[in-house]
Amino acid sequence: MAKELWKGNEAIAEAAIRAGCRCYFGYPITPQSEIPEYMSLHMPKAGGIFLQSESEIAAINMVYGAAGAGARVMTSSSSPGISLKQEGISYMCGAELPGVIVNVMRGGPGLGTIQPAQGDYFQATRGGGNGDYRLIVFAPANIQEVVDLMQEAFELADRYRMPVMMLLDGMIGQMMEPIEWKKPPVSPDDLPKKSWATTGTKGEREPNIINSLFISPEACNAHNHRLEDKYRRVIANEQRYETNDTDGAKIIFVAYGTPARLARAAAGILEKEGIKAGVFRPITVWPYPYEALHQVAAQESVKAVVTVEMSTGQMVDDVRIGVNGVKPVSFVGQAGGVVPTPREVANAALKALGR
Amino acid sequence: MKLPEKQITIISGHYGTGKTEFAVNLAFAMARDGRKTALADLDIVNPYFRSYERSRELECEGITVYVTSNFGKADIPALPPDIMAIFANRQQQSIIDLGGDPVGARLLGYYQPQLDRIDFDFWFVINQNRVENGTIDKVRRYLQLTEAASKQQITGIVNNTHLGEETTVDVILSGDEFAANVAKAINLPLIYTVAERKFEEELKGRLNGSFFPIDRYMTKPWELGDHEGGLFAWQKEG
Repeated sequence: MAKELWKGNEAIAEAAIRAGCRCYFGYPITPQSEIPEYMSLHMPKAGGIFLQSESEIAAINMVYGAAGAGARVMTSSSSPGISLKQEGISYMCGAELPGVIVNVMRGGPGLGTIQPAQGDYFQATRGGGNGDYRLIVFAPANIQEVVDLMQEAFELADRYRMPVMMLLDGMIGQMMEPIEWKKPPVSPDDLPKKSWATTGTKGEREPNIINSLFISPEACNAHNHRLEDKYRRVIANEQRYETNDTDGAKIIFVAYGTPARLARAAAGILEKEGIKAGVFRPITVWPYPYEALHQVAAQESVKAVVTVEMSTGQMVDDVRIGVNGVKPVSFVGQAGGVVPTPREVANAALKALGR
Repeated sequence: MKLPEKQITIISGHYGTGKTEFAVNLAFAMARDGRKTALADLDIVNPYFRSYERSRELECEGITVYVTSNFGKADIPALPPDIMAIFANRQQQSIIDLGGDPVGARLLGYYQPQLDRIDFDFWFVINQNRVENGTIDKVRRYLQLTEAASKQQITGIVNNTHLGEETTVDVILSGDEFAANVAKAINLPLIYTVAERKFEEELKGRLNGSFFPIDRYMTKPWELGDHEGGLFAWQKEG
């Protein structure tokens, strides 16, 4: 199939429709407004529901309702809007509801800026809402990967009955890249039936109940352990990562999203200066590919691990857990909408080598 | 390649067509031809990849840059009062970079009284590889929506068919053929076929549109190579 040029945000929306999503609830916010805009035009054409809610809080609760009724559903927003959705996300995890939440991150905290950033890593991977819960979090670094992962995001959400987050920085949402549509579109009619959904008993079965309230501590404890078992299965089966030129490298950059591409450019600069650098890129930031990172970092050739982020340092905590002291870990980053330059990233590697 | 002769050249087109890259390159081409040139970034639709991000480079070559709102960086579509200079100053040639959809084009309605009194061109940039531009009917419909929203007539087509870094000679030739058919079907002149300068030799004598060579200024941050500053340089200067 011929390649087409797509803007990241539009591609997310189209990929969701092609993945069989037929319910979208959201509220505009820069830099992700092309998602609801695209959905408003194309979701009705696909026979689905587009609804611009009165707020982000309303949107996530509509997602909760539609997911409870068995629909393939998504919402999207950018950083401050995702903060508003945290209560709903926690409730969805408690009630074990599948759905896809897209966060196209901008500078923060608070209203911050509309320029690209990655300050929501802790929120996405540690939980911005209450309780012991996790999200599967995909962090694609190019638009082809965004559309390839979208179908998988919905499938994993259904398989594990939990929300999946697509964590993008604004650059990925706003830029254009050529892509091709590799997978055939999914029809909602062909999706596996959800026996647990509240679709009406028609007098033929016991009612299904969607709920995150467990008044008895014993019942709530048992529920938490059931969730824990599920999260262990996700950790065992769903880690994704990519390595570029890490074999025999002296420097290992670790980065996700836009900074992974900056790190590749920085590795090119270092190569010209006679230093071999590779990039380890987590594609799932939860579950985090700790063991794979550890193996890469533990190679004898590696002198330093440099984490690159568009924040003041959040993922670097996971890098330290993965590297677990076998090599020095340092950090380079800018926040609030400033994108580091490849030279800045390369210089951080030189500094880590004591040059 | 003939450069614009009128006082104002308005550039519109769906986002992703590369209208901003073209607008920036056109401004450089005019300034380097010795003309007093201004570029007004009136894109109220796109928050990123805006022509004002190249202000420093443009101003270095004597081009005056006007930007929406105080910062451009905010998603506040406030119009700068100093933009009126581009209508009043007949000694200067100006380019207006409009937002990439009919909503963005609506802004021209506000300047209708000024536009009524001067000579201007209104060019529509197309890229065959954008789904919204993929067929003649789609271009026609988008063009009509743009004209309706802007209350102005489009006067020419600029072909900027590309696939980003994956652009090939075949991609450009296919787009040029498509643009020639579009121009004929909607009865407008094909002004230029735009492509990176490196393709110039291979395209010689093979295009319907007049070749407009460009350099890439609207790069992504990882395409900067080994340079400090560049894209988003303005952020570091505060």
